Amino acid sequence: MTVLFLAHTECDNSLHKSALEALTAAKSLADGLGTDLAVGLVGADIAGAAESIGGCGASFYGVAGPEFADARYASDVAAAEALSTACSAEIVVAPATSRFSRAVPGLAVRLNGRVDTHLSGLDVVDGQPVAKRWFYRQRMEGTFTRDERPWVMTIDSGCAAAFEGASAVEVTPVAVDVSGVRTTVAGIECVSEDEQTIRPDAEMLLVAGAGWTKKQADGATHVDVAETTIMDFLTGTKSSLGSSKSLVDISGEGGAIISFLTHMHQVGQTGSTPRHAKGLATCCHGEEPHVVGWRFINERRAINTDASCGWAQGKCDVLYVGDAFEIMKKVNELLG
Amino acid sequence: MSNEFHIVVCGSIVPDPLQTLAPQDGPNGPVLQNEMMLPAVLDPWAGHALYEAADLAAKHPGSQVWLVSLGPKAKLQQVMMAVSQKAPFQLVVADGSASGFEDGFETAKTLAETIQGIAGLDMSKLLLFGGWQSASRGSGAVMQMVGEMLGMTEQFQGVDKLTVGDDGALEVLERIEGGAYQKSVVDAAPAVLGWATGDLPEPPNNPQIGMQNMQKNMPALQQAKPADLSGTSLKFSAVDVPQQRRETRVVKDVPVEEVAKELVEWIKG
Repeated sequence: MTVLFLAHTECDNSLHKSALEALTAAKSLADGLGTDLAVGLVGADIAGAAESIGGCGASFYGVAGPEFADARYASDVAAAEALSTACSAEIVVAPATSRFSRAVPGLAVRLNGRVDTHLSGLDVVDGQPVAKRWFYRQRMEGTFTRDERPWVMTIDSGCAAAFEGASAVEVTPVAVDVSGVRTTVAGIECVSEDEQTIRPDAEMLLVAGAGWTKKQADGATHVDVAETTIMDFLTGTKSSLGSSKSLVDISGEGGAIISFLTHMHQVGQTGSTPRHAKGLATCCHGEEPHVVGWRFINERRAINTDASCGWAQGKCDVLYVGDAFEIMKKVNELLG
Repeated sequence: MSNEFHIVVCGSIVPDPLQTLAPQDGPNGPVLQNEMMLPAVLDPWAGHALYEAADLAAKHPGSQVWLVSLGPKAKLQQVMMAVSQKAPFQLVVADGSASGFEDGFETAKTLAETIQGIAGLDMSKLLLFGGWQSASRGSGAVMQMVGEMLGMTEQFQGVDKLTVGDDGALEVLERIEGGAYQKSVVDAAPAVLGWATGDLPEPPNNPQIGMQNMQKNMPALQQAKPADLSGTSLKFSAVDVPQQRRETRVVKDVPVEEVAKELVEWIKG
């Protein structure tokens, strides 16, 4: 049996932290099963990436070239298939990046195997690989195994320590024909550094709820003040911004909106589940669909005018009962 | 130049997000407590895919939309009474479990076989839509597998925008890390698109569309074929709801300055 760790390079030809974490999990699995570890790399130039993890004790295979620089399903799945076949992989472990989350499930079909994605843990029990993942959007965690091989897995970030161990390695090149691929990548669209409010690597997550756009004590809405207050906080702390579904949906209901919020900010049952160390919820309730999005937030505090809101039911560490407009304005002043 | 599409939307039902969910052991693995009693809704991401499909079909005369759904037909019928008022589509049903604990590969196989059985479907015009995630299994893997099983190798996930050029080329915006988009272009259908939220609001109910849909969809529900999802060795040893209770300290009747000072110390600490 061979455990294949599969990764792609970033635009600077390095490996992302989540890939290094997945390598730790793959190596631990291979060690636990007493099997060989192989590394398969995909990218424009993979030499530096291979060397950065050369100390993992694996045999290295690579698919390299300009046509593998960008994330495309068709070229990525073809590369993954070729690498898996080259080392006769029975288990494939990959990071759950957007690129491989898109491509790797198709690999299972090509290999006539099975796939389990977004794993939160990987272990060996009685000589068998055992995986953990969340079901129903982080509401319950299941532990399972399966007999089918190859078994393709992706692992979420933050579930293992990043591998460290650079060394010179020899990479076996694997050829892949992607001349029939019809998709071309036209570029990346992202907001400027100053305007960026989604920051996955930030220490803190600020979540804005619908209360920011509701009528205040004077009977009027103050969305302009809300925008300024939230943006000042984000600028001062470089925090990441999240939003409740009710707030981003207000645009569809004709309500006043916070201009820089999009569906991409949405966290919770129907949004993302970020992994920041600290989270501050403002103007939103701690009901179950919201808390799903906070599953991996370690320290949680909330500001709400309702002392009996869902956050008070054991879902955050500290609930400040007060007006978020006033409190956050003062916070911004103190932050300077 | 006119572009006709045959748009197949894969979408199933999930428990209403506001419901409390708890697992229990079933005869074939874990299930939700009182699963058949829980109110269900169309999966949110599948809903976005359906609304985008209807919008695209309206812009390109001659296009058709099918909604292919794997789920218990009794529950599907309830949900479709509401969904049918949102957009015109032809329902195709595979009668089986919509549980989040079902194997994604088996689900994909059933969906692919069901799609292949659609009369009049032109694979060269096919756009396969669905959610990039779901509120049940949430694997983000089924659409890719359905596409592979149908021989579709141009695939996109986390799609928020699709623009069709006059030449039939599809420009797609996919979500990637850090709030950014990757823009890709594929020359024509067929293609697989797993939708994020898209950029369309939920359509208002239209009873007239609902009546037209249900005239076709009720027979589809009655003709639903049983789905066989048994071909998996997937074995669960445990499914647990995590202990999430925290000792919440409620701070009230405290001056704004003190609250702000405490927060700043926490933020900096």
